[in-house]
Amino acid sequence: MTDVYQRRQYILQYIIIAVIIIFIARLFYLQVIDKDYKQLAKSNVLREVTVFPARGLVHDRNGKLIIDNQKEYDLWVIPNQVKNFDTIGFCNLVGVSDTFFRETLDKANEYSRYKPTLFEKGISVDKYASIQEELYLFPGFYGQVRTVRAYPFKSAAHVVGYISEVNQKQIDKSEGYYRSGDYIGTGGIEQSYENELRGVKGTKFILVDNHNRDMGTFSEGKFDTAAVPGNNMISSLDIGLQKYGEALMKGKIGSIVAIEPLTGEVLAMVSSPTYDPDLLTGQNRSKNFSYLLMDSLKPLFVRPLKAAYPPGSTYKPTLALIGLQAGSIEYHTTYNCPGAYYVGSLRVGCHHKGFVPNVSVAIQFSCNSYFCKTLRDVIDDDKFINAAEGLDYWKKMLDDLGVGVKTGIDLPNEGYGFVPSSKYYDKIYGKGRWNSVTVVSLGIGQGEIGETPLQMANVLSAIANKGYWYTPHLIKKIEGSDTMLKKKIVKHIVPIDSNYFNMVIEGMKDVVDAGTGTIARIPGVSLAGKTGTAQNPHGNDHSIFICFAPVKNPKIAIAVVVENAGFGSTYAAPIASLMIEKYLNDTITAPRKYLEERMFNAVVK
Amino acid sequence: MNYQTIRKPNQGIDAMLILLYFALVLVGWMAIFASTYDELQPSIFDLDKSYGRQFIWIIGALILAGAVLLTDSKFYTTFAYIIYAIIMLMLAAVFVLGTSHKGDKNWIDIGSFQLQPSEFAKLAVSLALAKFLSVLNINFKDTKTRFIALSIFIFPTLLIILQGDLGSALVFFSFFLVLFRFGLPGYYLLLGVYIILLSILALVFDKLILMLVLLIISGAILYIGRRSRNSIFIVLISFLFSAGYVFATDFVFNHLLEKHQQVRVNVLLGKKVDVKDADYNVRQSKIAIGSGGFLGKGFLQGTLTRFNFVPMQSTDFIFCTIGEEFGFIGTTLLLAIFLALMLRILFVAQRQRSRFSMIYAYCVAGIIFFHVLINIGMTIGLMPVIGVPLPFISYGGSSLWSFTILLFILVKLDGDRLAILR
Repeated sequence: MTDVYQRRQYILQYIIIAVIIIFIARLFYLQVIDKDYKQLAKSNVLREVTVFPARGLVHDRNGKLIIDNQKEYDLWVIPNQVKNFDTIGFCNLVGVSDTFFRETLDKANEYSRYKPTLFEKGISVDKYASIQEELYLFPGFYGQVRTVRAYPFKSAAHVVGYISEVNQKQIDKSEGYYRSGDYIGTGGIEQSYENELRGVKGTKFILVDNHNRDMGTFSEGKFDTAAVPGNNMISSLDIGLQKYGEALMKGKIGSIVAIEPLTGEVLAMVSSPTYDPDLLTGQNRSKNFSYLLMDSLKPLFVRPLKAAYPPGSTYKPTLALIGLQAGSIEYHTTYNCPGAYYVGSLRVGCHHKGFVPNVSVAIQFSCNSYFCKTLRDVIDDDKFINAAEGLDYWKKMLDDLGVGVKTGIDLPNEGYGFVPSSKYYDKIYGKGRWNSVTVVSLGIGQGEIGETPLQMANVLSAIANKGYWYTPHLIKKIEGSDTMLKKKIVKHIVPIDSNYFNMVIEGMKDVVDAGTGTIARIPGVSLAGKTGTAQNPHGNDHSIFICFAPVKNPKIAIAVVVENAGFGSTYAAPIASLMIEKYLNDTITAPRKYLEERMFNAVVK
Repeated sequence: MNYQTIRKPNQGIDAMLILLYFALVLVGWMAIFASTYDELQPSIFDLDKSYGRQFIWIIGALILAGAVLLTDSKFYTTFAYIIYAIIMLMLAAVFVLGTSHKGDKNWIDIGSFQLQPSEFAKLAVSLALAKFLSVLNINFKDTKTRFIALSIFIFPTLLIILQGDLGSALVFFSFFLVLFRFGLPGYYLLLGVYIILLSILALVFDKLILMLVLLIISGAILYIGRRSRNSIFIVLISFLFSAGYVFATDFVFNHLLEKHQQVRVNVLLGKKVDVKDADYNVRQSKIAIGSGGFLGKGFLQGTLTRFNFVPMQSTDFIFCTIGEEFGFIGTTLLLAIFLALMLRILFVAQRQRSRFSMIYAYCVAGIIFFHVLINIGMTIGLMPVIGVPLPFISYGGSSLWSFTILLFILVKLDGDRLAILR
């Protein structure tokens, strides 16, 4: 056998020997020369402790703290350090039962003998102070501080949301950020702004001796990372107004949404029945949560965002705008109302009777006949090939006004409401087998259409602004990162001439001054509003009122829905006007005190 | 008359190799015992503990070793390609049948046992490479020969990279050394070193800065050798290759590597300190080894090792336990045993008359060398955290068995060296 490359065997030998020599030299350095490691070895336990950042605080628009943090302690155990244990003493100290102690320790043992397991969570500061004094007697146990949420005003539960423990799905999705036992914002602002509020967790390495005593930081904290607190935020909410709204809605089911039209800032958002958000923090969270979940009035349901009501007459101003823009009606379009709208065998009743000289008057007196005709005029307009195209034009305009679509508000789980399209009717009646008569109830905001209270308030903002609306939002400022909000809050231009808005606003002003909503009048403040009484197949009519004020320079646009409460003027209108008065004047004038009193005490069943 | 004598199975067996083998296996078992030692259950045969199971694996390994010695050595030469084909199929099958284990999908479940085909792929490649290169008149000047020889081990390497087992894949680069030994031109090795260097530079420095530096160097070389037309061509080609490679590395690192692998590489390069993961492991590993001092803390006296501060204490980081409990003396002794084993294998290789046996022996030495290089290098912070077992020492059946078979085939071939000439 010839082996011409025989000399190469030595090269390989040299490589191997060289590597082994390098390794031995390195080991000599590590094990003999460098003394650091021997120092570390003396304190024989190094513990990694997660430092939880404080969540961001939230103030309301007037600088009042509405989401706060409170300290709370968790007790952790490392099973293999539990030695010579006085079980009874420990159970008395912490206040747990003997069986709980055993079961928890068994579980911890199963998970890992060396890694810390959560033993008891949510211990208050006072209680932990007494535990801490004697904790040194119980090696293997140590406390860890964490902050929990507190809601000082005990208000706006649906807006703020709450904090809950992460579930496995969230842990998997977070790419390693969350670990079992961590908390995460659920619902409301807490969920929408989780990434901004939560901050960044830190890690601290501490040396612990064999008596479980803290022996100081490791490597002078060289490997520690500091926790970065979450960003503080300013909410657009006026917590005083919010609380006032909640008081007015007490005993009633429904919603209030108040928006500052100029900016899209949400001033108040009441979902009634509500609950104290503090119920969902701390130790009794899960118990309280199941009570709320089982409550037949569904207090956890976020009505302003998710409940879709037929808007009834409150939608007539919107329809008037669409009709004017489409050119199907004009300001001076008249109608002689015989007290009902007849078409074929169909009859739509009308509370108003008589001559309607123009569209403003039609709004003022909420003439059903006038608007049934207007809807048909739009759908059957000559410029559309058929009713389907007309209806889709109507739907497109509502889309632009933010009805039947998500407004993009910064709260989770926003509902769409519902606005039917031609396809929807094609499916029910067959293509070409329906016409404007079939859908005439849409003219008075009944039938298939559904708006959420948020959408009602939002479309009102667009009217108040005469042609545009900003994405409604609850957070107006995030400390440290404003660009994100700028991207989210968008100006939507409505393709309707501002001139038409004037005609509609004129009508809405007359509603309050001398129409169906006179009860809402506030001395010294000009209001534009519209009552609504939404028929409801499940029970009594819903009472609805929308209005904004002042008419010249709108500062607040508000929608109020009180379920099963009858006429819009009975409950919704007084509540809305009280809210406006409270917001604009901060006090309720004496003559209207009786109204306030009546609303506070009224119970609608 | 036939003078052929009946040969006993143990005839011609190299006692030195066997001795070193037993020494390593025993050290491994003791280290696994120490690293997972639980004072509440001190029995070394407890099957709930990894040292108890390792005992079963060792028994199995010895049975396998016996079986290898009893098999006719012609079996390995004859079936080299078939074994290679079967293992390659299993490697491919992992994509379909494989289960994830420690984040890498490269295990096959057989009943309650898990098998890692990539461990056995080294054996298959060694046999196939030996067979291919032992053909008479093999000539490395022939491009086709080079191509086939390289393909034999690069193919499984790619499969293993796709399975996410970077460590095992890296080990296959040891076959470059084997090919070099048998005539692959030396510049292939230099090319390998250059590529590794370039990869590191590409990851450490901004790629545009690196481009600039490469451009300047190329320009300088061109200026110096401006008389030669040939050099212009070569410099241009190498520049284009380098540039392409830098961008490819960047792409592979950022898009193909898993996040935990990126972190490990970054930690070694000193770019990013992620206290929680990779760096934490290496630091704990270094503390454990360093705290052993010159003499060590004594058997079962290691405190850091028993508190699970270094993950994979009994597998990839087993060297820490030895470092902590037996100190510098212990680690040096272990390295000496490994050195003795590798040099002995090279010595054994040189005395072969059969080219197959000789090449095979070099393969074995190369594989063991790379495992030692990567594994121990990692625990003392000279290599990135890449999971490969320490041969014969680390806990685990696949690893122990594949190394046992690998070594004992060599022992068998060596034992027969006088009997047959291939």
